[in-house]
Amino acid sequence: MKLAILHELNAERAARRPVILVTDTESGEQRLVKAADFAKDPLRAELDKQLRMGKSASVEAGGKKLFLNVYAPTAKLVIVGAVHISQALAPLARSLGYDVTVVDPRTAFASAERFPDIPLVAEWPDTALPPLNVDAYTAFVAVTHDPKIDDPALLHAFERNCFYIGALGSRKTHAKRGDRLRAQGAKDSDIARIHAPIGLAIGAVSPSEIAVSIMAEITAVLRLPPKEKEEAA
Amino acid sequence: MLDRDEDILKAAEDWQKAGRGVALATVVETWGSAPRPAGSSLVINDEGTFLGSVSGGCVEGAVVTEAMDVIQSGKPRMLEFGVADETAWNVGLSCGGTIRVFVEKVG
Repeated sequence: MKLAILHELNAERAARRPVILVTDTESGEQRLVKAADFAKDPLRAELDKQLRMGKSASVEAGGKKLFLNVYAPTAKLVIVGAVHISQALAPLARSLGYDVTVVDPRTAFASAERFPDIPLVAEWPDTALPPLNVDAYTAFVAVTHDPKIDDPALLHAFERNCFYIGALGSRKTHAKRGDRLRAQGAKDSDIARIHAPIGLAIGAVSPSEIAVSIMAEITAVLRLPPKEKEEAA
Repeated sequence: MLDRDEDILKAAEDWQKAGRGVALATVVETWGSAPRPAGSSLVINDEGTFLGSVSGGCVEGAVVTEAMDVIQSGKPRMLEFGVADETAWNVGLSCGGTIRVFVEKVG
Protein backbone atom coordinates (compact mmCIF):
# COMPACT_ATOMS: atom_id res chain seq x y z
CA MET A 1 0.00 0.00 0.00
CA LYS A 2 1.34 3.41 -0.95
CA LEU A 3 1.94 5.65 2.03
CA ALA A 4 -0.24 8.37 0.46
CA ILE A 5 -3.20 5.96 0.32
CA LEU A 6 -2.62 4.79 3.90
CA HIS A 7 -2.42 8.40 5.05
CA GLU A 8 -5.65 9.33 3.28
CA LEU A 9 -7.37 6.20 4.61
CA ASN A 10 -6.40 7.09 8.18
CA ALA A 11 -7.54 10.69 7.69
CA GLU A 12 -10.94 9.60 6.36
CA ARG A 13 -11.40 7.14 9.21
CA ALA A 14 -10.48 9.78 11.78
CA ALA A 15 -13.09 12.10 10.21
CA ARG A 16 -15.71 9.31 10.41
CA ARG A 17 -16.20 9.26 6.63
CA PRO A 18 -16.80 5.83 5.05
CA VAL A 19 -14.36 4.63 2.39
CA ILE A 20 -13.64 1.42 0.51
CA LEU A 21 -10.13 0.36 -0.43
CA VAL A 22 -10.16 -1.51 -3.75
CA THR A 23 -7.18 -3.85 -4.24
CA ASP A 24 -6.35 -5.83 -7.36
CA THR A 25 -5.03 -8.88 -5.55
CA GLU A 26 -2.97 -10.03 -8.53
CA SER A 27 -1.14 -6.82 -9.41
CA GLY A 28 -1.35 -5.22 -5.95
CA GLU A 29 -2.76 -2.04 -7.51
CA GLN A 30 -5.00 -0.05 -5.19
CA ARG A 31 -7.37 2.87 -5.06
CA LEU A 32 -9.41 4.44 -2.29
CA VAL A 33 -13.03 5.32 -3.06
CA LYS A 34 -14.91 7.75 -0.82
CA ALA A 35 -18.61 7.09 -0.29
CA ALA A 36 -19.37 10.48 -1.84
CA ASP A 37 -17.77 9.25 -5.08
CA PHE A 38 -19.53 5.87 -5.30
CA ALA A 39 -22.20 7.14 -7.71
CA LYS A 40 -19.69 7.82 -10.49
CA ASP A 41 -17.63 4.65 -9.92
CA PRO A 42 -17.83 1.69 -12.32
CA LEU A 43 -18.13 -0.60 -9.28
CA ARG A 44 -20.92 1.45 -7.71
CA ALA A 45 -23.39 -1.43 -7.24
CA GLU A 46 -20.80 -3.55 -5.42
CA LEU A 47 -19.49 -0.60 -3.41
CA ASP A 48 -23.00 0.41 -2.31
CA LYS A 49 -23.87 -3.10 -1.26
CA GLN A 50 -20.70 -3.80 0.71
CA LEU A 51 -20.85 -0.47 2.52
CA ARG A 52 -24.49 -1.01 3.46
CA MET A 53 -23.63 -4.44 4.84
CA GLY A 54 -20.48 -3.10 6.46
CA LYS A 55 -18.70 -6.13 5.03
CA SER A 56 -15.45 -6.52 3.13
CA ALA A 57 -15.46 -8.99 0.24
CA SER A 58 -13.65 -10.28 -2.84
CA VAL A 59 -15.40 -9.65 -6.15
CA GLU A 60 -14.62 -10.26 -9.82
CA ALA A 61 -15.00 -7.36 -12.21
CA GLY A 62 -13.66 -6.79 -15.70
CA GLY A 63 -11.66 -10.02 -15.51
CA LYS A 64 -9.91 -8.85 -12.36
CA LYS A 65 -10.02 -10.25 -8.84
CA LEU A 66 -10.64 -7.32 -6.57
CA PHE A 67 -10.84 -7.11 -2.81
CA LEU A 68 -13.15 -4.43 -1.43
CA ASN A 69 -12.10 -3.54 2.09
CA VAL A 70 -14.83 -1.53 3.78
CA TYR A 71 -13.91 1.07 6.36
CA ALA A 72 -17.10 2.42 7.87
CA PRO A 73 -17.23 4.44 11.08
CA THR A 74 -18.52 2.83 14.26
CA ALA A 75 -22.19 3.73 14.47
CA LYS A 76 -23.27 5.87 17.37
CA LEU A 77 -26.58 5.90 19.18
CA VAL A 78 -27.64 9.04 21.01
CA ILE A 79 -30.55 8.49 23.38
CA VAL A 80 -32.25 11.64 24.60
CA GLY A 81 -34.12 10.68 27.74
CA ALA A 82 -32.71 8.59 30.59
CA VAL A 83 -36.02 6.77 31.01
CA HIS A 84 -36.91 3.14 31.69
CA ILE A 85 -36.83 2.21 27.97
CA SER A 86 -33.34 3.73 27.73
CA GLN A 87 -32.09 1.48 30.53
CA ALA A 88 -32.89 -1.49 28.30
CA LEU A 89 -31.98 0.23 25.01
CA ALA A 90 -28.47 1.39 25.97
CA PRO A 91 -26.97 -2.03 26.82
CA LEU A 92 -28.80 -3.67 23.89
CA ALA A 93 -27.40 -1.11 21.43
CA ARG A 94 -23.95 -1.55 22.91
CA SER A 95 -24.12 -5.30 22.40
CA LEU A 96 -24.90 -4.57 18.72
CA GLY A 97 -21.69 -2.56 18.49
CA TYR A 98 -22.95 1.02 18.83
CA ASP A 99 -21.17 3.72 20.80
CA VAL A 100 -23.99 4.80 23.10
CA THR A 101 -24.53 8.11 24.90
CA VAL A 102 -27.54 9.02 27.03
CA VAL A 103 -28.56 12.66 27.40
CA ASP A 104 -31.06 13.98 29.95
CA PRO A 105 -30.91 17.25 31.90
CA ARG A 106 -32.91 15.69 34.73
CA THR A 107 -30.25 14.43 37.13
CA ALA A 108 -32.72 12.14 38.88
CA PHE A 109 -33.00 10.24 35.58
CA ALA A 110 -29.44 10.55 34.27
CA SER A 111 -27.73 8.82 37.18
CA ALA A 112 -24.88 6.33 37.14
CA GLU A 113 -26.92 3.97 39.34
CA ARG A 114 -29.56 3.73 36.63
CA PHE A 115 -27.00 3.51 33.77
CA PRO A 116 -23.91 1.67 34.95
CA ASP A 117 -21.01 1.97 32.45
CA ILE A 118 -23.01 4.04 29.93
CA PRO A 119 -21.71 7.54 29.09
CA LEU A 120 -24.25 10.03 30.48
CA VAL A 121 -24.60 13.76 29.89
CA ALA A 122 -26.89 15.46 32.40
CA GLU A 123 -27.31 18.68 30.41
CA TRP A 124 -29.95 20.26 28.17
CA PRO A 125 -29.67 19.22 24.51
CA ASP A 126 -28.32 22.61 23.44
CA THR A 127 -25.28 22.06 25.68
CA ALA A 128 -25.04 18.28 25.58
CA LEU A 129 -25.37 17.55 21.86
CA PRO A 130 -22.80 19.72 20.00
CA PRO A 131 -19.75 18.02 21.63
CA LEU A 132 -21.11 14.57 20.74
CA ASN A 133 -20.39 15.14 17.02
CA VAL A 134 -23.71 13.69 15.93
CA ASP A 135 -23.35 12.73 12.25
CA ALA A 136 -24.69 10.60 9.38
CA TYR A 137 -23.44 7.47 11.17
CA THR A 138 -25.52 8.28 14.22
CA ALA A 139 -28.91 6.88 15.15
CA PHE A 140 -30.84 9.35 17.26
CA VAL A 141 -33.78 8.62 19.51
CA ALA A 142 -35.79 11.07 21.60
CA VAL A 143 -37.78 9.34 24.32
CA THR A 144 -38.34 11.82 27.16
CA HIS A 145 -41.98 12.60 26.23
CA ASP A 146 -41.12 16.20 27.19
CA PRO A 147 -41.19 18.68 24.28
CA LYS A 148 -38.80 21.01 26.12
CA ILE A 149 -36.14 18.30 25.84
CA ASP A 150 -37.16 16.26 22.76
CA ASP A 151 -37.89 19.15 20.37
CA PRO A 152 -34.49 20.92 20.44
CA ALA A 153 -32.82 17.50 20.30
CA LEU A 154 -34.75 16.55 17.15
CA LEU A 155 -33.88 19.86 15.49
CA HIS A 156 -30.22 19.04 16.10
CA ALA A 157 -30.66 15.55 14.62
CA PHE A 158 -32.21 17.02 11.43
CA GLU A 159 -29.32 19.42 11.06
CA ARG A 160 -26.72 16.64 11.44
CA ASN A 161 -28.46 14.31 8.98
CA CYS A 162 -28.62 11.28 11.30
CA PHE A 163 -29.29 8.02 9.42
CA TYR A 164 -32.10 7.21 11.82
CA ILE A 165 -34.29 9.55 13.86
CA GLY A 166 -36.98 8.14 16.11
CA ALA A 167 -39.27 9.68 18.70
CA LEU A 168 -41.58 8.17 21.25
CA GLY A 169 -45.25 9.03 21.13
CA SER A 170 -48.58 8.07 19.59
CA ARG A 171 -49.68 9.34 16.19
CA LYS A 172 -51.61 12.12 17.93
CA THR A 173 -48.61 13.16 20.01
CA HIS A 174 -46.49 13.03 16.87
CA ALA A 175 -48.87 15.26 14.91
CA LYS A 176 -48.62 17.91 17.64
CA ARG A 177 -44.85 17.52 17.67
CA GLY A 178 -44.79 18.11 13.90
CA ASP A 179 -46.68 21.38 14.35
CA ARG A 180 -44.31 22.57 17.07
CA LEU A 181 -41.18 21.65 15.07
CA ARG A 182 -42.49 23.37 11.93
CA ALA A 183 -43.10 26.49 14.00
CA GLN A 184 -39.40 26.34 14.93
CA GLY A 185 -38.31 26.16 11.30
CA ALA A 186 -38.26 22.42 10.56
CA LYS A 187 -39.21 21.42 7.00
CA ASP A 188 -41.89 18.86 6.14
CA SER A 189 -39.13 16.61 4.82
CA ASP A 190 -37.43 16.78 8.25
CA ILE A 191 -40.64 15.80 10.06
CA ALA A 192 -41.14 12.96 7.59
CA ARG A 193 -37.76 11.54 8.60
CA ILE A 194 -38.92 10.90 12.18
CA HIS A 195 -39.89 7.31 12.88
CA ALA A 196 -42.94 7.73 15.11
CA PRO A 197 -44.44 5.77 16.70
CA ILE A 198 -40.89 4.54 17.30
CA GLY A 199 -39.78 0.99 16.54
CA LEU A 200 -41.00 -1.86 14.36
CA ALA A 201 -44.56 -2.98 15.06
CA ILE A 202 -43.89 -6.20 16.97
CA GLY A 203 -46.48 -5.66 19.68
CA ALA A 204 -43.82 -4.60 22.18
CA VAL A 205 -45.15 -3.98 25.68
CA SER A 206 -42.31 -3.92 28.22
CA PRO A 207 -39.42 -1.43 28.10
CA SER A 208 -37.09 -4.25 27.00
CA GLU A 209 -39.43 -5.27 24.17
CA ILE A 210 -39.71 -1.66 23.04
CA ALA A 211 -35.90 -1.50 23.05
CA VAL A 212 -35.83 -4.58 20.78
CA SER A 213 -38.34 -3.00 18.40
CA ILE A 214 -36.28 0.22 18.25
CA MET A 215 -33.00 -1.60 17.55
CA ALA A 216 -34.75 -3.79 14.96
CA GLU A 217 -35.94 -0.65 13.17
CA ILE A 218 -32.52 0.99 13.36
CA THR A 219 -30.92 -2.20 11.99
CA ALA A 220 -33.39 -2.28 9.08
CA VAL A 221 -32.67 1.35 8.19
CA LEU A 222 -28.92 0.70 8.38
CA ARG A 223 -28.79 -2.55 6.44
CA LEU A 224 -31.70 -2.89 4.00
CA PRO A 225 -31.46 -1.49 0.49
CA PRO A 226 -33.81 1.49 -0.05
CA LYS A 227 -36.62 -0.47 -1.77
CA GLU A 228 -36.91 -3.23 0.84
CA LYS A 229 -36.69 -0.56 3.52
CA GLU A 230 -39.92 0.98 2.22
CA GLU A 231 -41.61 -2.39 2.26
CA ALA A 232 -40.54 -3.06 5.87
CA ALA A 233 -41.82 0.33 7.07
CA MET B 1 -19.18 -0.92 10.43
CA LEU B 2 -18.89 -2.20 13.94
CA ASP B 3 -15.30 -3.33 13.92
CA ARG B 4 -13.04 -1.63 16.39
CA ASP B 5 -9.67 -3.19 15.69
CA GLU B 6 -8.51 -0.79 13.04
CA ASP B 7 -6.02 1.32 14.95
CA ILE B 8 -3.41 -1.00 13.58
CA LEU B 9 -3.56 1.09 10.38
CA LYS B 10 -2.47 4.10 12.38
CA ALA B 11 0.43 2.02 13.72
CA ALA B 12 1.31 1.02 10.14
CA GLU B 13 1.55 4.68 9.17
CA ASP B 14 3.50 5.64 12.30
CA TRP B 15 5.99 2.79 11.90
CA GLN B 16 6.55 3.59 8.24
CA LYS B 17 7.13 7.28 9.03
CA ALA B 18 9.60 6.26 11.75
CA GLY B 19 11.65 4.56 9.06
CA ARG B 20 10.67 0.94 9.69
CA GLY B 21 9.94 -1.55 6.93
CA VAL B 22 6.25 -2.37 7.23
CA ALA B 23 3.90 -4.95 5.73
CA LEU B 24 0.14 -5.25 5.94
CA ALA B 25 -1.62 -8.63 5.84
CA THR B 26 -5.38 -8.66 5.17
CA VAL B 27 -7.90 -11.51 5.14
CA VAL B 28 -9.48 -11.27 1.67
CA GLU B 29 -11.48 -14.49 1.50
CA THR B 30 -12.79 -17.06 3.92
CA TRP B 31 -14.49 -20.43 3.53
CA GLY B 32 -16.11 -22.41 6.28
CA SER B 33 -15.92 -21.16 9.82
CA ALA B 34 -12.85 -18.94 9.58
CA PRO B 35 -11.99 -17.25 12.85
CA ARG B 36 -11.75 -13.68 11.50
CA PRO B 37 -13.84 -12.09 8.74
CA ALA B 38 -12.59 -10.64 5.44
CA GLY B 39 -11.01 -7.25 6.06
CA SER B 40 -9.29 -8.29 9.31
CA SER B 41 -5.68 -7.27 9.23
CA LEU B 42 -2.30 -7.70 10.79
CA VAL B 43 0.49 -5.14 10.51
CA ILE B 44 4.08 -6.28 10.80
CA ASN B 45 7.35 -4.33 10.97
CA ASP B 46 10.87 -5.39 10.07
CA GLU B 47 11.70 -6.06 13.72
CA GLY B 48 9.00 -8.73 13.79
CA THR B 49 6.65 -6.64 15.94
CA PHE B 50 3.03 -7.12 14.90
CA LEU B 51 -0.44 -5.84 15.79
CA GLY B 52 -3.91 -7.12 14.94
CA SER B 53 -4.86 -10.60 13.75
CA VAL B 54 -5.93 -12.59 10.72
CA SER B 55 -6.96 -15.72 12.61
CA GLY B 56 -7.40 -16.86 16.16
CA GLY B 57 -3.62 -17.03 16.49
CA CYS B 58 -3.09 -20.18 14.44
CA VAL B 59 -1.39 -18.67 11.38
CA GLU B 60 0.02 -15.34 12.55
CA GLY B 61 3.51 -16.82 12.94
CA ALA B 62 3.59 -17.97 9.32
CA VAL B 63 2.19 -14.64 8.09
CA VAL B 64 4.89 -12.71 9.97
CA THR B 65 7.59 -14.84 8.33
CA GLU B 66 6.13 -14.25 4.84
CA ALA B 67 5.75 -10.54 5.63
CA MET B 68 9.51 -10.27 6.21
CA ASP B 69 10.07 -11.46 2.61
CA VAL B 70 7.47 -9.04 1.30
CA ILE B 71 9.15 -6.12 3.12
CA GLN B 72 12.43 -7.16 1.45
CA SER B 73 11.10 -7.74 -2.07
CA GLY B 74 8.31 -5.16 -2.15
CA LYS B 75 6.18 -7.69 -4.07
CA PRO B 76 2.73 -8.52 -2.70
CA ARG B 77 1.74 -12.16 -2.30
CA MET B 78 -1.35 -14.20 -1.54
CA LEU B 79 -1.23 -16.84 1.18
CA GLU B 80 -3.75 -19.57 1.78
CA PHE B 81 -4.24 -21.40 5.04
CA GLY B 82 -6.50 -24.27 5.95
CA VAL B 83 -7.35 -24.16 9.60
CA ALA B 84 -6.62 -27.72 10.69
CA ASP B 85 -9.67 -29.56 11.96
CA GLU B 86 -8.04 -30.27 15.28
CA THR B 87 -7.09 -26.63 15.82
CA ALA B 88 -10.51 -25.52 14.68
CA TRP B 89 -12.12 -27.89 17.15
CA ASN B 90 -10.04 -26.47 19.98
CA VAL B 91 -11.27 -22.94 19.33
CA GLY B 92 -14.85 -24.10 19.05
CA LEU B 93 -15.13 -24.30 15.26
CA SER B 94 -15.98 -27.89 14.59
CA CYS B 95 -15.96 -27.77 10.79
CA GLY B 96 -12.62 -26.09 10.11
CA GLY B 97 -12.10 -23.22 7.72
CA THR B 98 -9.84 -21.77 5.05
CA ILE B 99 -8.57 -18.23 4.69
CA ARG B 100 -6.70 -16.29 2.01
CA VAL B 101 -4.43 -13.53 3.23
CA PHE B 102 -3.04 -10.76 1.02
CA VAL B 103 0.34 -9.49 2.19
CA GLU B 104 1.68 -6.18 0.85
CA LYS B 105 4.45 -3.77 1.67
CA VAL B 106 3.52 -0.33 3.03
CA GLY B 107 5.25 2.66 1.43
